[in-house]
Amino acid sequence: MDLPLLLGILPQVLLDGLILGFMYALIALGYTMVYGVLEFINFAHSEIFIVGAFVGVELLLGLKSAGLLDALPWPLVLVLVLVAGMAASGVLAVTVERVAYRPLRHAPRLIPLISAIGISFFLQDAIRLFESLWRNAFNLVYPTMDVLNVRFELTQTVDVSVKSLVVIVAALAMLGVLHLLVNRTKVGTAIRAVAEDQAAASLMGINVNRIISLTFLIGGAMGGAAGVLFGVQYGLINPYTGFIPGLKAFTAAVLGGIGNIPGAMLGGLVLGLLEALAASYLSLLTGGAFGAEYKDIFAFSVLIVILIFRPKGLLGEVIRGRA
Amino acid sequence: MIIQSALAVAAVAVSSTAVATFPRSVLAFLAFQAAVLFVYLARVPRWLRIGLLGLALLVLMPLIGAYNGYYLEVATQVGIFVALALGLNIVVGLAGLLDLGYVAFFAVGAYSWAIPGSPHGNEIFGSGFPLPPSTFYLFLLVGLLVAAGTGVLLGLPVLRLHGDYLAIVTLGFGEVIRVLANNLDKPINLTNGPKGITPIGRPPAPFGLPYGEYFYFLVLLIVAIVILVNRRLEDSHIGRAWEAIREDEVAAQAMGVPLVRAKLLAFACGASFAGVMGVVFSAKQLFINPESFTFLESIGVLSMVILGGMGSIPGAVLGAMAVTVLNLQVLKGFSLWLNELKNAGVTILGFNLADLPTQFEPAKYERMIFGIILVLMMIFRPQGILPARRRQRELR
Repeated sequence: MDLPLLLGILPQVLLDGLILGFMYALIALGYTMVYGVLEFINFAHSEIFIVGAFVGVELLLGLKSAGLLDALPWPLVLVLVLVAGMAASGVLAVTVERVAYRPLRHAPRLIPLISAIGISFFLQDAIRLFESLWRNAFNLVYPTMDVLNVRFELTQTVDVSVKSLVVIVAALAMLGVLHLLVNRTKVGTAIRAVAEDQAAASLMGINVNRIISLTFLIGGAMGGAAGVLFGVQYGLINPYTGFIPGLKAFTAAVLGGIGNIPGAMLGGLVLGLLEALAASYLSLLTGGAFGAEYKDIFAFSVLIVILIFRPKGLLGEVIRGRA
Repeated sequence: MIIQSALAVAAVAVSSTAVATFPRSVLAFLAFQAAVLFVYLARVPRWLRIGLLGLALLVLMPLIGAYNGYYLEVATQVGIFVALALGLNIVVGLAGLLDLGYVAFFAVGAYSWAIPGSPHGNEIFGSGFPLPPSTFYLFLLVGLLVAAGTGVLLGLPVLRLHGDYLAIVTLGFGEVIRVLANNLDKPINLTNGPKGITPIGRPPAPFGLPYGEYFYFLVLLIVAIVILVNRRLEDSHIGRAWEAIREDEVAAQAMGVPLVRAKLLAFACGASFAGVMGVVFSAKQLFINPESFTFLESIGVLSMVILGGMGSIPGAVLGAMAVTVLNLQVLKGFSLWLNELKNAGVTILGFNLADLPTQFEPAKYERMIFGIILVLMMIFRPQGILPARRRQRELR
């Protein structure tokens, strides 16, 4: 093997992995927060994520056709799109909880999970239906903004584009705000109390239903932000795009210890890095016998191994789960 | 009982006359299927049920098939999905293990005949392929064993997991099998990747039957065996053990149910039905590729089981029929009809249908149907349309 070549691409691989990892971390937060409060896998979260991406692309296309995309300063456009995506996904997540999960809260465990799978499938085709009627197309491309595609060359083999920086900065900012919200505010204390013991929390005067809705709102908004960033970073989206990243983000949440917010961030980053490494080195190291396509298998194998040998994840489950 | 018997006879007679009069009408054929279902479910004497079902399935259906081959194809597909739903019913309905990657076993079965039954086998083993088509019957057994073995292999590491974790891991397993099938064209060309394998050998059909009829009867025979096995299993020692595990694992273990063995057996049993049908499917289609074995298929089979009622055999049959027919006939029929209206420029409520976007095709929205079925059933009737008796009591 050509060692210098392998080492030479390493920084670029790590950088790509980091970006992917932040994306997974943002999505994983939605899974982990809901799990922490309800001990329930919100299977529809992958579609809540992709709805954020679609709202983002619609807004950008709208701005473009109004001629505002290049007229407005680009940070403003990005903030606008992010906020819109977050709002849409957050509201959608709350609605889904209200319609499909709340009536089933005391049913046997598999019942709400099956309902969530149903919602996930329904949303995929609902997006497709809407876009088919509205644009007569459901594979949409994010409009390019020239500023975002500027690349800085760090070394001869490593360069970083503005949009990658945007993804990293935005993800870091949101993770920071969430951390403060959960650990330093009264609402955050209420969320943690509900996660620990719903009955006791309600005796302390906490409106449990409202806190659960809020959890879905925050988790959904994080997913929506991830959706917009996903679109900005990778460009092409369709209604079914969300599924695999959703599954991997769930893996990330389990990897870090489900129900555990710092764990979701760590799990996302670790999984992103592992996947980027697998995608670039598997093919090189095996002489092309196993291509980058195996990175999906790699992620699922990580999930299975973690669940078997360390079911509480890297940082441990915060809530004593029944699982 | 007498009224229902008379109704059953009348339903079969009227609907088969309707099909004979209008061999191209989807509605007539739907009525025929509904009549068969009614006979299966109605409270009629045993001899009458067997007689009418035998008449409808063994005589009338092949006759209809002679008029309109597509209906026979629909009936065969329904049969395949009935067997799949009954297999998944064991895992999900009886043992309570939510398996989201069930189609993987179907895929394993399909490939276990597709590779040796086509010239593709030469790429792996050198020469001597395809095997003589008559070995197909042997491979029904091989497909069963390979799928059951895969079930055990998957089960061994993951059965320590509970409930929703198990669901996600089986989902991941299903995706792994699909990705493998898609990519194992190198370093050794096992599956020929996304291009798929063709032509797959078919056994010589006995009595000079056309292949449409032959596969129909074969599937019917397998479905009959599967239903029989299911009914024997349900009230057997092991079936009761499964239900005990579903209700309360700890209590079941305390009563001496060997958890791991019972769960592995559930996985293996469920998988083996899918394996056999996989072999039949590959021979029937002549061509398979990984696209036939997606997560969508797993969820489709799951929604059949849920719609009918988890753990209920008539429920699984009903669910499989309803969903398959909805997919193959109702949605497609609706699409065609809409297209005709569109081309004719019909206006509804002031909206000219010709202005509908070309991307809008009702037949492509099966996910939405599955999704609505799953959510509505969970909220309003989690025990299913035809609940199993024990399950009904539990959920009340």
